[in-house]
Amino acid sequence: MTLAIKASGLAKAYGDVIALNGIDIEVEQGTVLGLLGPNGSGKTTTVRILATLLQADSGSASVGGFDVATQPDEVRSVIGLTGQYAAVDEYLTGRENLELFGRLFHLSKFDAAKRATELLDRFDLSDAADRGIKGYSGGMRRRLDLAASLIGRPNVLFLDEPTTGLDPRSRQGMWAVIEDLISEGTTVLLTTQYLEEADQLANRIVVLDHDRIEIVCESAQDVARAASLIQEFGSAPATSEEVVKTVLLPVAGGSTAIVNIVRKLDENKIAIADIALRRPTLDDVFLSLTGHATEADEAISAPAKGRRGRKARS
Amino acid sequence: MSTLTSQPTKESTAPRPRFGWLITDSISVSRRHLLKITRVPESLFFALIQPVMFVLLFAFVFGGAIDVGPGGAQSYREYLIPGILAQTVMFAVAGITVGITEDASKGIMDRFRSLPMRPGAVLTGHTLASLLQNILVIGILSVTGLAVGWRIHNGFSDAALAYLMFASFAYAITWVGAWIGLHMPNSEVAGTAGLAWIFPFTFASNIFTPVATMPTWLQPFVLWNPVSCLALAARKLFGNPTPLLGDSFPERYPVQLSFAYCFLLLAIFAPLAVRAFKTRNK
Ligand SMILES: Nc1ncnc2c1ncn2[C@@H]1O[C@H](COP(=O)(O)OP(=O)(O)OP(=O)(O)O)[C@@H](O)[C@H]1O
Ligand SMILES: [Mg+2]
Repeated sequence: MTLAIKASGLAKAYGDVIALNGIDIEVEQGTVLGLLGPNGSGKTTTVRILATLLQADSGSASVGGFDVATQPDEVRSVIGLTGQYAAVDEYLTGRENLELFGRLFHLSKFDAAKRATELLDRFDLSDAADRGIKGYSGGMRRRLDLAASLIGRPNVLFLDEPTTGLDPRSRQGMWAVIEDLISEGTTVLLTTQYLEEADQLANRIVVLDHDRIEIVCESAQDVARAASLIQEFGSAPATSEEVVKTVLLPVAGGSTAIVNIVRKLDENKIAIADIALRRPTLDDVFLSLTGHATEADEAISAPAKGRRGRKARS
Repeated sequence: MSTLTSQPTKESTAPRPRFGWLITDSISVSRRHLLKITRVPESLFFALIQPVMFVLLFAFVFGGAIDVGPGGAQSYREYLIPGILAQTVMFAVAGITVGITEDASKGIMDRFRSLPMRPGAVLTGHTLASLLQNILVIGILSVTGLAVGWRIHNGFSDAALAYLMFASFAYAITWVGAWIGLHMPNSEVAGTAGLAWIFPFTFASNIFTPVATMPTWLQPFVLWNPVSCLALAARKLFGNPTPLLGDSFPERYPVQLSFAYCFLLLAIFAPLAVRAFKTRNK
């Protein structure tokens, strides 16, 4: 099978904040990968790197067989991108937006106009086609945005949280449209905060979330002190639960952090009952997405266990 | 329906030299900005109102107090209009600074960047649209000038050269604004920063008062100030009063110097802006 998207060891930091810490992604031609993770886990960062909008600090990636760093023009001619926030011009009408993007995709004037009409029809926007985007509802904007990313008939489509902020009905509608695209053979990388959505649309799911080190102290009195002592090794604030004598610290470099933490706690005479590195699992992420998402705001991500064949459990 | 995706793109991306695409893409982008002007006509209205107010204020309120030689008020009005034209071209730059900052922080920039268009076209298109708006404003201001008594005394070719000079300068200087806009964190900051540097250049110049009325230590700056050169050059070309200080280089060759400034500004700031655009948010 040919790979439509291949990324290895992608890493990106914004100053001190590590947004991505060496993730690997492989998406086969014609399949759908769901990138699932809570806020700040690096979903958008991943998409932006793959769509040539952002340069990774390290690692490499290719899309449609082209290297994102060295062949951005080629990559751009095979991809479509629907970002997390609608990327259309507020002051233009829906049709003007699509025609503009068509022209910038280097379609002829005639083809750009034809394509715009076609897409407006398809996305149920014909009636609003000649109205300014300012008067569009959130769902209409999202549909227009998706239409805009299809202008160039992309082989690879990036959808960054395509249904966030939509009501259940619009979400269903969006899903139907995306399923259509998928059935036509488009390769899709989809990010989402909803397990249900990933489940509905994706063939495979990759979880993006922090690695965490779990430290169980001997004594409950030590927990708070331990948490503040080891904070410097973490990539996001530690959380502690005194009842179970546990400190959870999100980290970037798992194994080196463990060594440092053990040494530090030992120096400070804090006895440890147990210490372990926990990779995020789908269940963890599901928990943090649906319930007590605590450390989800600051970022660290790690490759996680992808799952196969999760299509269709609706 | 079933053919909407994953088909080879037959119509698109015919091979064309990069420069060719730069032109086509720039036109598409500038069309976007021109459409926007028609959607928010207030922006054009206020871009016009300000210089027209300046004309009226200086022509009828302050003008009497400023002496530019024999001829009194009439002669001051003739002196004034080329200055106001230069000032207008300068103030228009603040608009593009804000526009670029605003655009750059919006999702639509991501859309542009993910398209196989020439990245520089985002800027050339914007500056072109701004030039067209400028030309319109210059035209309307000229008519206002004629209404208050300004006249073109020299021939058609001199006048045409003067307008060409204004247009060239208007285009070149917007690249400074674009470059600044790409370094601003948000449009509020862009609004103040984009105006801050314009003030000294605009007012420490000969646009409202002759150089001779200014302190000696400031005079060299005023003489070499591109805005002064532009106004003086236009006055010469239009045949309006040109009270000179002496026979320094900028007073002897204002037209040549103005065009040289255009060229320099463009040669320095266009590449800087394009580079800033490409690396922003990377
Ligand atoms: N331009 C930036 N400057 C500084 N930090 C950034 C920037 N963009 C992202 N980050 C940080 O990088 C981390 C990952 O962000 P990213 O937007 O990729 O997450 P996400 O998974 O898309 O989150 P969300 O679900 O909220 O969209 C976050 O901690 C965020 O604060
Ligand atoms: Mg995001």
